[in-house]
Amino acid sequence: MPQPEVRRSIKRSAVSDQQRRRELALLRQTQQRSDSQNRARRLASSVFTLSSSSSSDLILPDKGILTRAADSEEHEAHLDESVAPARELNVVQASKLKGREARQWFARQLMLPEWMIDIPPKLDRDWYVFARPAGNRCFVVSSNGTTISRLRNGSVLHHFPSSLPNGSRTRDSSGPASSYCVLDCIFHEPDQTYYVIDMVCWRDYSLYDCTAEFRFFWLNSKLAESGACNSPSTYHRYRFSVVPIYDCNQAGLHAAYSTSMPYTKDGLLFFNKHAHYQTGNTPLALVWKDNFCSQYFLDTDSQGLVPTQQQVVLEMQEDGKLTTSDDPPVEFGSLEVDFIQKSEFRAGNLLRFAIKDESVRVVDGKLEIGDLQFISKSNRARAFADSYSKVFFQYAARHSPLKIEDIAASILPNLPDDSPIVDVEMGS
Amino acid sequence: MAMEITQILLAAQSADGQIRTVAEENLKQFQQQNLPLFIHSLSTELSSEHKPPESRRLAGLILKNSLDAKDAARREELTQSWVSMDPSIKSQVKESLLLTLASLVSEARHTSCQVIAKVASIEIPRREWQELIVKLLNNMTQPDSPAPLKQATLEALGYVCEEISPQDLEQEQVNAVLTAVVQGMNQMEHSSEVRLAAVKALYNALDFAQANFENETERNFIMKVVCETAMAKEPEIRQASLECLVSIASTYYGYLEPYMQTLFNLTSNAVRGDQEPIALQAIEFWSSICDEEIQIQEESEEEDTGSSPHSNFINQALPVLVPLMLETLLKQEEDQDQEDGVWNLSMAGGTCLGLIARTVGDTIVPLVMPFVESNITKDDWRCREAATFAFGSILEGPSVKKLAPLVHSGLEFLLNAMKDHSSHVKDTTAWTLGRIFEFLHSASSEYSVLTAANLPRIIAVLLESIRDAPNVAEKVCGAIYFLAQGYEGGDSSSSLLTPYLGDIVTALLSTADRADTSNPRLRSSAYETLNELVRCSNLRETSSMVAQLLLEIMNRLSKTLELQIVSSDDREKQSDLQALLCGVLQVIIQKLSNSDETSSIINQYADQMMILFLQVFACRSSTVHEEAMLALGALAYATGPQFAKYMQEFYKYLEMGLQNFEEYQVCSISVGVVGDICRALDDKILPYCDGIVSQLLKNLSDPVLHRSVKPPIFSCFGDIALAIGEHFEKYIPYVIPMLQGAADHCSELSPDDDDMQEYGNQLRRGIFEAYSGILQGFKSSKAALMVPHANRLLKFIEAVVSDKFRDEEVTKAAVAVLGDLADALGPNTKVLLKDHTFHVELLGECIQSDNDQLKETAVWTQGMIQRVLVS
Repeated sequence: MPQPEVRRSIKRSAVSDQQRRRELALLRQTQQRSDSQNRARRLASSVFTLSSSSSSDLILPDKGILTRAADSEEHEAHLDESVAPARELNVVQASKLKGREARQWFARQLMLPEWMIDIPPKLDRDWYVFARPAGNRCFVVSSNGTTISRLRNGSVLHHFPSSLPNGSRTRDSSGPASSYCVLDCIFHEPDQTYYVIDMVCWRDYSLYDCTAEFRFFWLNSKLAESGACNSPSTYHRYRFSVVPIYDCNQAGLHAAYSTSMPYTKDGLLFFNKHAHYQTGNTPLALVWKDNFCSQYFLDTDSQGLVPTQQQVVLEMQEDGKLTTSDDPPVEFGSLEVDFIQKSEFRAGNLLRFAIKDESVRVVDGKLEIGDLQFISKSNRARAFADSYSKVFFQYAARHSPLKIEDIAASILPNLPDDSPIVDVEMGS
Repeated sequence: MAMEITQILLAAQSADGQIRTVAEENLKQFQQQNLPLFIHSLSTELSSEHKPPESRRLAGLILKNSLDAKDAARREELTQSWVSMDPSIKSQVKESLLLTLASLVSEARHTSCQVIAKVASIEIPRREWQELIVKLLNNMTQPDSPAPLKQATLEALGYVCEEISPQDLEQEQVNAVLTAVVQGMNQMEHSSEVRLAAVKALYNALDFAQANFENETERNFIMKVVCETAMAKEPEIRQASLECLVSIASTYYGYLEPYMQTLFNLTSNAVRGDQEPIALQAIEFWSSICDEEIQIQEESEEEDTGSSPHSNFINQALPVLVPLMLETLLKQEEDQDQEDGVWNLSMAGGTCLGLIARTVGDTIVPLVMPFVESNITKDDWRCREAATFAFGSILEGPSVKKLAPLVHSGLEFLLNAMKDHSSHVKDTTAWTLGRIFEFLHSASSEYSVLTAANLPRIIAVLLESIRDAPNVAEKVCGAIYFLAQGYEGGDSSSSLLTPYLGDIVTALLSTADRADTSNPRLRSSAYETLNELVRCSNLRETSSMVAQLLLEIMNRLSKTLELQIVSSDDREKQSDLQALLCGVLQVIIQKLSNSDETSSIINQYADQMMILFLQVFACRSSTVHEEAMLALGALAYATGPQFAKYMQEFYKYLEMGLQNFEEYQVCSISVGVVGDICRALDDKILPYCDGIVSQLLKNLSDPVLHRSVKPPIFSCFGDIALAIGEHFEKYIPYVIPMLQGAADHCSELSPDDDDMQEYGNQLRRGIFEAYSGILQGFKSSKAALMVPHANRLLKFIEAVVSDKFRDEEVTKAAVAVLGDLADALGPNTKVLLKDHTFHVELLGECIQSDNDQLKETAVWTQGMIQRVLVS
């Protein structure tokens, strides 16, 4: 006969701390699971308002089956605001995202300059020029007492305290606790400095819809005030710095190109003064390089060597077409069905190809590639295919590069203001 | 045809180890080669009166073990081999067993009873061996049945009732069994052995007696006989009868009214005058009545209707019951504080008094206070201890308003009593202080007994007394535990306790190091109190102290790795200490990761901690240290992506944890840690997913794994899917059928069983979370893969929604997965959502809910569905 269970004495605590630890761990996990899933959901609900139409294809590639973003935008208007939850996902909300969702979101937030394959008109009047520091482009967000920098593919580079608005947990930080800022930077390894090349938000003030002229003015006046340009300290792990930005006249171009900078240069960046900050590829910001001002004039392969044949990274579409990252995408060829099936590539995969020089032609200023030779799948860290302008620039770089003299020539001081500039045809 | 196995059975009990091993090996081979013959031979041996009692006893034991095992899978296997055995062998075996009941050798009879019950447990639920009950009852009614046969028969009836459940017997059979048993208790006719066997059989048969208790005549008869045997001259019979009364108190509470006066007289006589084991059962009777009434009160507070009737037995008996219990408090044992879990009259009485206080609330206070006041200053330590114990026992139940003034005026007295000459008094005083802090101290309550004025004095007394004898120190740790707890969640700007934390931590650390006791309880109390201190501390004021503590604990943990391990006892001690230290680390990690500012401290020491955890894991070869696993999960979440660098080293231990079916808690925790790692690493977990997912699938298919681990495994699939997104595609062919199978299983669970209901809810939630993770993970690129499964998922959601037993968490998960479906699959779900309109009502209901999270989820889901419906 079993003895009835002995009753627990009132003097023995009924609390088992081990059981409590288990339960609290479980509670924490449940909460965090729910947070993760909610993040996935909130992102979902805000996809169409936070990104330009170009990114919708990245999010919903399967057009036959899934809602197009364009459709959703229309329908959104029908939804009662009181029923539908807030769909706006601003940078602060996005900075609470984690992992893959965060990477996907942030990968789409940078303005990506096209490569300069011809010289825009009125360079001296409408454009800025500056020497691009060598390093990784980053999207830096300070909010909620911390600062996070993310690379072009959206992955986190650093998570650190800084003197940017609300970028660390210092008690004396001025401004409201909810304040935040967003900067477009290049992290320069040798001196561990973030060079700020654009300012997107500052103390809650959005600069997306401001001209570059205004943004640079704001950047130059505000960044230093915050103390972000000071030397590193406990609550400010990395130094921030502005780069000298010049009007793209003869003197400015010369200064950007020839003057020695506190950082290693990697080409020149040209920004149209009137352009707003636009996410994704834009022709209103341009990058140009040559061997003098960049170690990375010609693209290198995974070993860091310049391959004998030019290589390109293209995105495979549903139907096997190989396209650039532009919007709309530019097609450079397609894969055969057999090859796709054998290789198990899927739509959206980024693939690396070599180009036979003799198969490339420029027709009416457009680049056409006759023969793509498959090399491999691209590095997983990569978020986007090459842009058309990059492929073109790299092709030109190997054959008849656009030289600094050409650019300088287009901005001769005596050039009448409104005379059209003759496009410099590459490879012609 | 039975084999002659007497010599082997005797050899298997030989003092010579070698002979024994050979014999055991022989028996094992025999069993494997020819199970029917083996079983037949054993039963023949057991029933042969001319064989030695030793071989008969072992034969019976092996027979029993051939029918039953602790392990569920093994038991099922044994059941199947019996069921499929040749019927003629089975009936010979059963015949032999029944024959043995008449043996003159008591050991053979006893063993046979046990085996009969095991066979019955297999056959009676299958509606086989229906003649068993009749045959047993015949033994009772045959006029010439010898007493030993009757005794064995009653014993067998009791064991059979213990093994089967009420629905396995027809009411007629139950009636016959009860009649035989109750008649067996009749003292006129039977020897004391028969009567004792009858009372013990009744104890097991009580669950079958529902219909008989509903019938007044039969109930009266049963109660009359039980009350008579409770006053029998044989103490064993009195004790067994009181055990029956305790069981009746909880099973048939609603029928006791007419007997309460008798039962009070009977039990109070036993408490006052009978031997201790019997007096303890008498107290237990009243504790059980309290349990019932507390449960009825809780039920009626939870829901307005449907609670069982309340007979207020405790309230009615209060004026006589309370003095009865107070008397027992004076019957302490000299060394009662030195032993773990000591159970004597004083402990049982104090425990019952505590339950009475919880049952009746304020009305107990005036009945106890005079006892407290008159005894607390007496010279005899027993009086002082009993007074304090009485006071401490009634602190839960009465209102804070009623107790607070008493505590206020008595607090200084209690603090002084921590210097009493008697260690017993100090022990109980420290415990009482702990109870005061537990029930009457909360930073947010208006009646809190702790104030800025008395806190310094309290802390000073506690820190002095923690150096007292180990048992006193342990109670002081408990008091500090609740002291800290009361300050949790108070005014967030500052905690009154903060200025004292440094001294308290130091005191607790040196208490954990005390060498003047071999009892491990003090050490674990000290560390666990440290945990509570960390949990409840105000992080803004204490982050640097917690960081210092982190270093100290890491240092202590690293020292455990240098301990000399010679014996398994050493290993166990090392492991226990590591468990405590890993527990503290877990709590610290979790605390510090609550804020960005302090989480950098964890990152700073993450490498060192991880190395320590890996070393702790390496201390054991076959099992994984549960506490280290828990701590590691917290660390993974706190460190985020940088945890990736530890994965290669850690993975083997994770796998070991996932494979640990025996300690299902470890398995369950390991599953939870997979979730933590998913959230920390995102798709960096990909290289490990094949191994993890295949192990999880293996676990789900394994019948041995404790069922409580299964719902977390489903949730874990969701975690993995969310982390690796489209890469989850290759697991879909395996995971989806598992989810669908489990969904089907949910509808098969019995709704009558509370445990099953609870399990069903957990399972449903796990399944929904899995689908949610997969849908959200696939949303951006692979959503089409889920289109074929959408209809079935929607049907499952509908089925769950229509289940009235679903709890709110299940509802929330159902609503969320509905939104995920619409979100991920978009217009593909349009037709489905138009066909299944249950969501309209469900969401309407949830949007009205008071639960903000549920409401928010429902609003979101409604938005997602509307988006699809207008597309």
